[in-house]
Amino acid sequence: MKLNKTTLTIGAVVLLILPLIAGQFGNAWVRIIDIALLYVLLALGLNIVVGFAGLLDLGYVAFYAVGAYMFGLLASSQLTDTFPGIAAMFPHGLHTPWWVVIPLGALLAGTAGMLLGAPTLKLRGDYLAIVTLGFGEIVRVFMNNLDAPINITNGPKGITGIDDISMFGVHFGKTGSFMGLEFPKVTNYYYLFLALVLFAIMVCYRLERSRIGRAWMAIREDEIAAKAMGINTRNLKLLAFGMGATFGGVAGAMFASFQGFISPESFSLQESVIIVAMVVLGGIGHLPGVIVGALLLSALPEVLRYIAGPLQQLSGGRLDASILRQLLVALAMIGIMLSRPRGLWPSPEHGKDSTPDTLPVSPHMHLAPGEQIPPVVTHIKPDAQ
Amino acid sequence: MDTFIQQIVNGLVLGSVYALVALGYTMVYGIINLINFAHGEVLMVGALTSWTVVTALGKSGLPGWLLLIIGLVAAIIVCCTLNYTIEKIAYRPLRNAPRLAPLITAMGMSLLLQTLAMIIWEPTYKSYPILLAGEPHSIGGAVINNVQILILVVTAVTLSGLMYLVNKTKLGRAMRATAENPRVAGLMGVRPDQVISATFIIGAALAALAGVMYAANYGSAQHTMGFLPGLKAFTAAVFGGIGNLAGAMLGGVLLGLIESFGAGYIGAITGGVLGSNYQDIFAFIVLIIVLTLRPSGLLGERVADRA
Repeated sequence: MKLNKTTLTIGAVVLLILPLIAGQFGNAWVRIIDIALLYVLLALGLNIVVGFAGLLDLGYVAFYAVGAYMFGLLASSQLTDTFPGIAAMFPHGLHTPWWVVIPLGALLAGTAGMLLGAPTLKLRGDYLAIVTLGFGEIVRVFMNNLDAPINITNGPKGITGIDDISMFGVHFGKTGSFMGLEFPKVTNYYYLFLALVLFAIMVCYRLERSRIGRAWMAIREDEIAAKAMGINTRNLKLLAFGMGATFGGVAGAMFASFQGFISPESFSLQESVIIVAMVVLGGIGHLPGVIVGALLLSALPEVLRYIAGPLQQLSGGRLDASILRQLLVALAMIGIMLSRPRGLWPSPEHGKDSTPDTLPVSPHMHLAPGEQIPPVVTHIKPDAQ
Repeated sequence: MDTFIQQIVNGLVLGSVYALVALGYTMVYGIINLINFAHGEVLMVGALTSWTVVTALGKSGLPGWLLLIIGLVAAIIVCCTLNYTIEKIAYRPLRNAPRLAPLITAMGMSLLLQTLAMIIWEPTYKSYPILLAGEPHSIGGAVINNVQILILVVTAVTLSGLMYLVNKTKLGRAMRATAENPRVAGLMGVRPDQVISATFIIGAALAALAGVMYAANYGSAQHTMGFLPGLKAFTAAVFGGIGNLAGAMLGGVLLGLIESFGAGYIGAITGGVLGSNYQDIFAFIVLIIVLTLRPSGLLGERVADRA
């Protein structure tokens, strides 16, 4: 990622004024961008687990749910309604400030990630996928059923009336004005989400190039070899799960406050599948690719929703917007994978096994005049099992 | 005691369905190392196809058992064609692609089939007609109806037929050889592509059978009905040791029993704190425990050391 100053400035300006322009066409468009940013955050988190460490996690949405439910419980009337004791402790209602909830959400989701990681460390590939998938389902079943005998999650009805975030005296839920411009709720959240996404990109970028990131990639490529090189695979895999889950938890807390309402329906397996699809479609392990994948799969169907009207009339109401969205996501998943199995924007290092013209010569290798470079086997492909 | 025997009956019926679907997963996984996420949806298509046929012919006055057979045959034909096409379009071009690519197309296929079913059959619950009327029988205080007996018998016959096919016939030998090593099998005159197609077709037939029986037993069909049985059947396949046919059967039946006992007794054990609405999590809890203690499954010979 080499960016010069001009592109960086132009990019920054575009990102800053984007919601103001989109807002001219209606707040629905800004909303779409907001949701897309949340998905970018989720995809970046999952990319740590799947892309960097190579652990296929199909229950990622569980961490999203953990963050969302924690925010929902700590910043709504749900707990005070159920427990008179808590209501007595907080006479003005339970409104936990953001600087408590967000780190707590990150911590809780991260812990959940490590807890899930611990028993699954020995598992590989598809077994891991199915166990994480099961974990996601378990979390969802509990969210759905923990309204009896004690009403904690309010079951399928979900939690309503979740607080908006207010930070440094700025109330994100209210329309503010600054320099003669109106800033409605969706635009305020846009800047919050943008800041989070940029922070996440920076963390991922630094992680990828750090000792930890290199160790993760070593584990991804060959776990046994990584172990032999002295990498503590157990701790690093746990760390990957924990880090990825942290992103999910924060995204969940943001989602809860943005929507003001959460229910188990938002955290189905289908969400997990779509987030995995974003990572893989974009280009697994490659940050720009992952971002593109997330934006594409989250925003494109929403945009197409607006042209769904005529189609709906043509098909006699059978093709409504949500069905069309599902259809498009499904077709995109199949189509893109068939035409570009490595993703839309794969990481360049992965292309190296396609006939290297120049052999990698180490600077320490000295050749006598006339001596030929011995053929180097750059890649030994393991036999298809 | 009555409930105990009743739970065994319910568990065996449920387990038979899981076993049939699990076989489809395990055969495909054994040969091309792919979790065929769309397999549960094949079950759903089978159930809905037979529903269409059965309700369309319902007024013709044909006897119930004949209707069931016609519906079943239609479901099997549609599902086999469908699964054959899916394999050809979505999995075959990706045979040598990175491992995650076919997995994503499989998930996409699952989503696509669900969406198409929603468009074709509309997202309402359809009540599946009762085709095998008659008084339920009583065994030691437990009640079992004709459909459930049929499920147990058909499953037993199908499973022995499949065992014969895989272990004694030429196609079965080709399948085992391809599972072992597709390239060497190719050198020995086996055509891996044909064998893989055959595997998908057999798996689809089993799924169609399971779908029709599932719908007939529970009396309803809907476009999302394939998701949970599919997921649990895959769990069953992993439970028994994926790639292993006997393991899939054992895993399916055990999972059915565990679920039925769990749902039946959890209320009494936890003093009413957790009810039978937690039925769906037993499968996954069992799975996590089994894989932690024995990562290759109950009958799995292969070590967990495979990426």
